[in-house]
Amino acid sequence: MAEASSEYRRPLPRRQGYAREFYEFCRKHELRFQRCADCGTWRHIPRDMCANCGSFRAEWAKSSGRGKVFSWTTVMQPMLPQFADVPYSPVIIELEEGVRMLSFVVNVKPDELAIDMPVEVSFDDVTAEVTLPKFKRVAIGV
Amino acid sequence: MNSLKDKACIVGVGESEFTRGTDKNELQLMLEASSNALHDAGLSPHDIDGIVGPPIGAPAEHFAANLGIEDLRYAVTVHTGGASSVSGLQSAAMAVACGIAETVLVPMGWLGYSAMRVSAAGRREGGGGGGGAGPLGTTISEWYLPYGASVPVQWYAWIATRHMKLYGTPFEAMAAVALASRKHAQLNDKALMRGRRLTLDDYMKARWISYPFRLFDCCLETDAACAVIVTSAERAKDLKHAPVYISGVAEGHPYPADDIPSRPDPFKIGLSFAAPKAFEMAGVKPSDLDFAEIYDCFSYVVLIQMEALGLCGRGEVKDFVKGGRLELGGDFPINTHGGLHSEAHVWGMNHVVEATRQLRRECGARQVKDAEVGLVTGWGDFGDGSLAILRR
Repeated sequence: MAEASSEYRRPLPRRQGYAREFYEFCRKHELRFQRCADCGTWRHIPRDMCANCGSFRAEWAKSSGRGKVFSWTTVMQPMLPQFADVPYSPVIIELEEGVRMLSFVVNVKPDELAIDMPVEVSFDDVTAEVTLPKFKRVAIGV
Repeated sequence: MNSLKDKACIVGVGESEFTRGTDKNELQLMLEASSNALHDAGLSPHDIDGIVGPPIGAPAEHFAANLGIEDLRYAVTVHTGGASSVSGLQSAAMAVACGIAETVLVPMGWLGYSAMRVSAAGRREGGGGGGGAGPLGTTISEWYLPYGASVPVQWYAWIATRHMKLYGTPFEAMAAVALASRKHAQLNDKALMRGRRLTLDDYMKARWISYPFRLFDCCLETDAACAVIVTSAERAKDLKHAPVYISGVAEGHPYPADDIPSRPDPFKIGLSFAAPKAFEMAGVKPSDLDFAEIYDCFSYVVLIQMEALGLCGRGEVKDFVKGGRLELGGDFPINTHGGLHSEAHVWGMNHVVEATRQLRRECGARQVKDAEVGLVTGWGDFGDGSLAILRR
């Protein structure tokens, strides 16, 4: 699944602050999001405070990795030289815990995408240092 | 509670040349537009004592130094992307209404063509793209860029795709926006798409950019600047043109403003928060509007804004735009100058200029008959919004 790190030329996340913590868990193939240690509200993208209760205390709680397609675009005009291979679809995934994130659904063609399509996380070790969470379509009921 | 209603007026409007390719820089274009706006108002640079500077291109200090404004009492920059033109009107009206400044210059402009060309080395020459500084830079570089989402046409498409799938909006509704703008551009000498007509067939056959957007769903890339001058209602009475009153004005921010995927309601945009406030301030209903200049970076962004404005219910915009309603002669003409789609991309300040001229009834062949009240909106960054209700 991993591509040779010397060949991976696409932009990597900068991994600063909370993003570094998020992507460190991904390296261990764990999808974790911030959850308020006081009121239990999940959140993503990660932040300093809980917008629900104002708490500064949060833990990195493990997600089931299961979710569904919320929306997408299908890029057909390349905008970045590193993403010249079109079409591809940046997809918004809604996880079971309620948080949403941008990712790819790797085993689905762009024109097969549909709202609420069930997916589950699949980690891609794109370099020795960086693992990107991606998703795969799963059969309903699995 | 003090209201800004009718306390401030637009008394001067001006533009630079609109081109695709120029040797000038952003500041030069904006100074030309500012100079033209001053001339239009019959004012001299020394009358300006406030500047609402553009979010990119040049700081207020450079305008003051070039124009010879010795006593700059108010300088501020609003950062709502393409919503900054109309947010800037709000800031200018606020400064004027409470006496902080008497006459405020609001310039806007950029090298939307010349600074955005991709060089042979495959790098953008300047500006644009994601991952830079500002409130959105971290979001883009950490969460979007690794998945190849780097530009607005892709980000806004997430909102459009979901809306389209949930409510069954046909491509014809998007085309209604693009075709109205192009039709109106045929009546505007400044419009870069004058002389280039567009049919529904052309629209449907155009190449894809990023689903659900085809080529003609997208605005132009142009080198262009506009500027407006705002002063108090009292001062406006003695100036060259009939004043155009800022009757209602507001800005709004989607929640959260720095990330699109995590919004509880993706269709609740900045304008959803702002619109009721501005309509209430002005004492105007959507049905009172004679025309609307709606920020049209992409066709679907116009449709989403129409619902946020309360022109129709959620999911109903596909019916609202039917039957030529958005065209001159229809009952809700939009983007009478051609908009960002077909006139030029000036961060929506060209919409403010056009609304002002419509209310002064200077628009010749594209004049909305008996125009009394008009609307201008702004949209920027990840869906920040602003609107102004203007009247003569």
